[in-house]
Amino acid sequence: MPTFNEVNVGDELPPITKAPDRAQLVLYCAGSGDFNPLHWDQSFEQAQQIGDNIVHGRMKWSTLGQVVSDWVGASGWVKSVACQYRGMDLQGTQWQAKGVVADKREENGQKLVEVEVWTETESGQKTTPGRAVVVLNA
Amino acid sequence: MAAEFELTDEMLATVGVESEPWPVELTTTSVRAFARGVGYSDPRYYDLDAATAAGHDSLPAPPCYLGTPVFIPGQSDPTFSGPRNTGPSIRHGLKGLLDGGTEVHYERPLKAGDRLFMTSKISKLEVKESKGLGKMLVVTSEQSFTEQDTGDVVMRTYGQAIYY
Repeated sequence: MPTFNEVNVGDELPPITKAPDRAQLVLYCAGSGDFNPLHWDQSFEQAQQIGDNIVHGRMKWSTLGQVVSDWVGASGWVKSVACQYRGMDLQGTQWQAKGVVADKREENGQKLVEVEVWTETESGQKTTPGRAVVVLNA
Repeated sequence: MAAEFELTDEMLATVGVESEPWPVELTTTSVRAFARGVGYSDPRYYDLDAATAAGHDSLPAPPCYLGTPVFIPGQSDPTFSGPRNTGPSIRHGLKGLLDGGTEVHYERPLKAGDRLFMTSKISKLEVKESKGLGKMLVVTSEQSFTEQDTGDVVMRTYGQAIYY
């Protein structure tokens, strides 16, 4: 439950660790409406070329949103989340979503905190780098 | 994988053309389904009492939930669930598809009960080449979401789709 005055550039957000399996990806299909068989059908040609089903890029993007949402709780709201997909994560493999405060500023009466966010494989590869901005209430 | 791929005038003519609006809903059930799909355990996204205790008057939408487009068989895409044929489509003949990047900007927090209209347009077409995938078509698009009742913009999204 951070307040604007308490937040400092360089603060690390609590990371989230996931290893979404095919069943979890099916839940994401249902929640998001993205039923691309690349994410759930092992016999799909593109999945066979890659070697397995892969995690939806947008599930990783949404997890970057979750990192900031879990951090800010009811103390504010998430204004923006942006990322690029630089690497694939196979279903069942473990990765983490992380964040570190990059900037804080007041703009148009809003207390804004900008967070550098990314997902990271167990070997340290950043597969989904991005930025998020949260609005803090106080 | 394409060894050769070129943009045609027909493809370039799709840039900047805005789609017809399509209805998008956020309901308590759709918010829960999205939160469950991402893997949230925060009860605010599932339990109305927990949401109320946290100061919300409905279930809040988790960030990156863009609402659920109303699904109508024959008019909606059976794979991606969004509307088809509400705007120009690109006939490129490439079969592979990857997501390149995504961005969302909210004007206010969204919540269950929101009823929106979505419009979409292609803002850029580029041909790029990678070692693994050959020639790729990169389609940058943007979507605008407005309140059905007021017409106010509440959310904008930007995305890159990579066809190869």
